Amino acid sequence: MNNLIRATARCLRSGAAVYLPRQTDGRVWSAASARFLCSAADIQKDLGEMVKKDKVVVFMKGTPAQPMCGFSNAVVQILRMHGVDEYAAYNVLEDQDLRQGVKDFSNWPTIPQVYFNGEFVGGCDILLQMHQNGDLVEELQKLGISSALQNAEKESK
Amino acid sequence: MAVTADHIRDKLMKELAAVHAEVEDTSPNRCAASFKVLVVSSQFEGKPLLQRHRMVNTCLAEELKEIHAFEQKTVTPEQWEKQKSQ
Repeated sequence: MNNLIRATARCLRSGAAVYLPRQTDGRVWSAASARFLCSAADIQKDLGEMVKKDKVVVFMKGTPAQPMCGFSNAVVQILRMHGVDEYAAYNVLEDQDLRQGVKDFSNWPTIPQVYFNGEFVGGCDILLQMHQNGDLVEELQKLGISSALQNAEKESK
Repeated sequence: MAVTADHIRDKLMKELAAVHAEVEDTSPNRCAASFKVLVVSSQFEGKPLLQRHRMVNTCLAEELKEIHAFEQKTVTPEQWEKQKSQ
C-alpha cells in the first residue's frame, strides 16, 4: 500500500504531462513528447509556427471540452456562440514551458490568449468586448469564417 | 511588497494620467491574487483595444508577475461619460 502511494506521489510530482486525455473537441497538442524535445528557445520557434498553422489559435487552461478556468471557458463559449468549432487549442496546464513560453512570445501576462491568422488578438476581456461591439463578427469574416451570429444579424434586418 | 488594490490604483492614476481608476480585488473569488481594473484615461484616445491593454500591462509589469488573474476595462473619458449615462 505504501509503495502505491509513493509511486502515485512520484507521478504527480513529475508533472501533469504524464497523463494526456484524448479530446474530441478541438485538437490537443501533445505536450509530453514536446517536453523532452524542446528547450525554451525551441518553444519560441515552435510558437511562431503554431500560431500560423491554424486560422484561430487559443492558448488556454484546460481544453474546449473541459476548460479549467473561468476566463478560458469564456473564450471557448464566445467562439462556440459564433459557430467557430474548428480551432487549435493548446492546454498550457500540460506544459509549464509552454505556459511561460507563450507569455514571453506574446508579451502578455495572462492566459487565455487568442490568435487570429498568426496575429495576437488578446485575452478574454478583449474577445468579450469584440463580441459585444460586433468587431468579432467582422474579424472572423476577414479570416473567411462566417460567424453564426453574423447570419443571425442579417436575418433580423 | 504585497500587491494591493490601492497600490495598483495609485500607479495607474499616476503613470497613465487616469482621470478615474477602479481596482477591485477579486482574489476571494479565485484561487490566488486577482484584480479587476477599470481605467479611464485620455491617453487611450485613438488607440485600439489591444494597445490600450498593453499600456496597462506595461504600467503594471512588476505587479503582474505576482498576480494570477487580471481583468481590465480601458476607456477614454468620453466613453466613460457615455457609459455612465446609459
